[in-house]
Amino acid sequence: MARKIKLRIWRGSAKEGSLHDVEVDANEGEVVLDVIHRVQATKINDLAVRWNCKAGKCGSCSMEINGKPRLACMTQMANFEEGETITITPLRAFPVIKDLVTDVSFNYQKAMEVPAFEPPADLKPGQARMAQVDVDRSQEFRKCIECFLCQDTCHVIRDHEENKKKFAGPRFFIRLAELDMHPLDILRNRKKTAQEEHGLGMCNITKCCTEVCPEHIRITDNAIIPMKERVVDVKYDPVRWLGSKIRRREEIS
Amino acid sequence: MSENQIPMERHNYDVVVIGAGGAGLRAAVEAREAGLRVAIICKSLFGKAHTVMAEGGIAASMGNVNSSDNWMVHFRDTMRGGKFLNNYRMAELHAKESPERVWELEVWGALFDRTGEGKISQRNFGGHEYPRLAHVGDRTGLELIRTMQQRIVALQQKDKRETGSFESHLKVFAECTITEILKDGDQVTGAYGYWRETGNEILFEAPAVILATGGIGKSFKVTSNSWEGTGDGHALALKAGGKLVDMEFVQFHPTGMVWPPSVRGLLVTESVRGDGGVLTNSEGKRFMFNYIPEVFKDKYADNEAEADRWYKDQANNRRPPELLPRDEVARAINSEVKAGRGSPHGGVYLDVSKRLPADEIKRRLPSMWHQFKELADVDITEQPMEVGPTCHYVMGGIEVEPDTAAAVGVTGLFAAGEVAGGMHGSNRLGGNSLSDLLVFGRRAGLGAVEYLKKNPNRKTVSTESIKRAQERIEKPFTRSGGENPYLIHQELQDLTQSLVGIIRTKNELTEAIEKISQFRSRIEKVSVTGGRQFNPGFHLSLDLENMLLVSECIAKAALTREESRGGHTRDDFPKMDPNWRQYNLICDWNGKSISTTKQKLPMMPNELLSLFDPHELEKYFTKDEMTQVMASAGSR
Repeated sequence: MARKIKLRIWRGSAKEGSLHDVEVDANEGEVVLDVIHRVQATKINDLAVRWNCKAGKCGSCSMEINGKPRLACMTQMANFEEGETITITPLRAFPVIKDLVTDVSFNYQKAMEVPAFEPPADLKPGQARMAQVDVDRSQEFRKCIECFLCQDTCHVIRDHEENKKKFAGPRFFIRLAELDMHPLDILRNRKKTAQEEHGLGMCNITKCCTEVCPEHIRITDNAIIPMKERVVDVKYDPVRWLGSKIRRREEIS
Repeated sequence: MSENQIPMERHNYDVVVIGAGGAGLRAAVEAREAGLRVAIICKSLFGKAHTVMAEGGIAASMGNVNSSDNWMVHFRDTMRGGKFLNNYRMAELHAKESPERVWELEVWGALFDRTGEGKISQRNFGGHEYPRLAHVGDRTGLELIRTMQQRIVALQQKDKRETGSFESHLKVFAECTITEILKDGDQVTGAYGYWRETGNEILFEAPAVILATGGIGKSFKVTSNSWEGTGDGHALALKAGGKLVDMEFVQFHPTGMVWPPSVRGLLVTESVRGDGGVLTNSEGKRFMFNYIPEVFKDKYADNEAEADRWYKDQANNRRPPELLPRDEVARAINSEVKAGRGSPHGGVYLDVSKRLPADEIKRRLPSMWHQFKELADVDITEQPMEVGPTCHYVMGGIEVEPDTAAAVGVTGLFAAGEVAGGMHGSNRLGGNSLSDLLVFGRRAGLGAVEYLKKNPNRKTVSTESIKRAQERIEKPFTRSGGENPYLIHQELQDLTQSLVGIIRTKNELTEAIEKISQFRSRIEKVSVTGGRQFNPGFHLSLDLENMLLVSECIAKAALTREESRGGHTRDDFPKMDPNWRQYNLICDWNGKSISTTKQKLPMMPNELLSLFDPHELEKYFTKDEMTQVMASAGSR
């Protein structure tokens, strides 16, 4: 049942690297990560690759497979043609550490720059009351497994290192949206800072992030576009914005 | 010496937390909020810990769905689940404190599913009398880990405002492995390890170390655990002079996937059987009818017609035998496979496709449908699943003081979460793991805080202990022509799976112990190709030793306990023995091998005993114990 398949795996360091051809067996039902593990166990013992759960839940095994940002544990070998060479490369938007492992610290830095959730100071444990319909929107964004495929594919930073300083990326636009739409969050100006400090305005809605999201979060439609619209709202109607926050506080107390 | 050429970083903290799952992060929050400087160390990237895999929910008797629920009911359920072998004090603290821990998550930004009144929703689960599990669809673990991760960031932002630096008082060391707990006498002085990214070494000088490293699943071939579950904390504690308790108790879930290989071990929820899924062997026979134990004969149907009627009329029919307790089902599957009636890949078939219309399957089991479709290309509305037991959780772990989570035998060492033992007795209830992480994570943080208040004087790390730790890390590189670590790992997994797995016998356990000692000499000769930088072969060569130590503990404790209870089934001692309930088995390491000793389990105090009907206790206690119980009941 096993078939021989041809892989072309990128190997190297931050300084240099190249594609290596490897032939390896693939069994029925396997995913790309299985085949990479077989290469690691039998041919290249020190091949660097990140992975954890192997069930599409942790977002560790992000890489580019035939140029597309994918989770290796969710990409079935059956998707490829007989005899096709599968090219596996590290995420392009981040600096390589070794082989398929990249330095994703950019994302953790950006996470620190998003002001934390801020509940009303007098909110007591067990006191909060929220309707399911009011938490649905933020719950969609909290499905994010932080695989950073959206960050990798986003053309604002993919080939433009210089934009990274000012641009938080889709992962953090959904975080900002999640907090903005969170019924208990009272921090003001989240939309405004999304635009002015986190680079929301640099996104021109090409939806590439939505297409690669393994959790099928509608990043562009449900987070980025509403946040852009709300920025306009806030700029033109501050009274309405303030009113909405005050009303939310009354509901929870 | 070659190790002198490897750069070494040196850090100084009040508390070092090893592990960044739910327990580790909760401990770190507690210690930081008390004003201490804290390092969090994780083998993976921050936020990828195995906690993320938990689906069902967090058990906490908030009483949001049924107001009759309270800590006493939760306590009773937990003790029954563990077959009364639990450390009663841990079970009591857990039941009392878990509601506060869940509410606290909400104040930190977690968004649980809601009830109609807008409270946190709670769902039913096996062994829990009332709907008790706070949940977010089937991704509760993700919500927990993300909330804790974001809480850590919130504390770092606070530090930034005060000190100008995010990482001045609380720092996450991601992709960093600890290989040694350093000590002076019996007192902790720090921890030593290496950065996975560079292979460079790192020394933490700290008077308190909290172990929160999770489980041991990767010692087994078929497991629902991620690669990180290599028993690191269990091994670190043993080598530092700590003790492991209850290591014979390993939870095997009866239905893990066995095929395709890409999802081997991945859990298939019990709801599949609850909603009509049937188990069949290679002959197409519904075999569970042959495996109904005498004690359950009045509750389970012995023919297909009655079993099928139960789904519509539960009052007048007995339950299908597919819904027997987990250990019974797992044992039956094992017997079918051993008798040569297994599926091609060593499992049996679980089929719901012939029982329910496709739309109904998708409605009732959405995540299962999705998981099989995306990961395995199996449409469960049309095809059967191949399933077999999968190693899911270890009840055993580091012996700790219940209130402070302090490890017995090592001053300054603490443990919380799956790596700690005692809380769950011989079997854990679903949902009790996430609550365990939070309750005892917090207590470990507090334990470290109190310990440092009482013991302000720090001992320094000795040069010799650093040198020993360095030599151990360097070893695999100094050997050449040795065995491949990946292949040894696969062999060890095959061994534990077949000889120390779900069904155990004296002969197989003896054979396993013999083989494990051979592995020890083989592991000492493993060699590594390539350099130090992000080299998974090198990482595995060091993790192997931990998995071997854990496997030896499990095998030896399993050989010693001559009864069957919860997550320990002896084919040669198939019954639960009340005499054995009075003892825990303690594992010690003398530098060469593991020894096990019996340790008397403390008797529950009257106020907890009185929560149970004496007739229930009779099933578990000896006659002598019952005389004692009845005497104290009479005096109340």
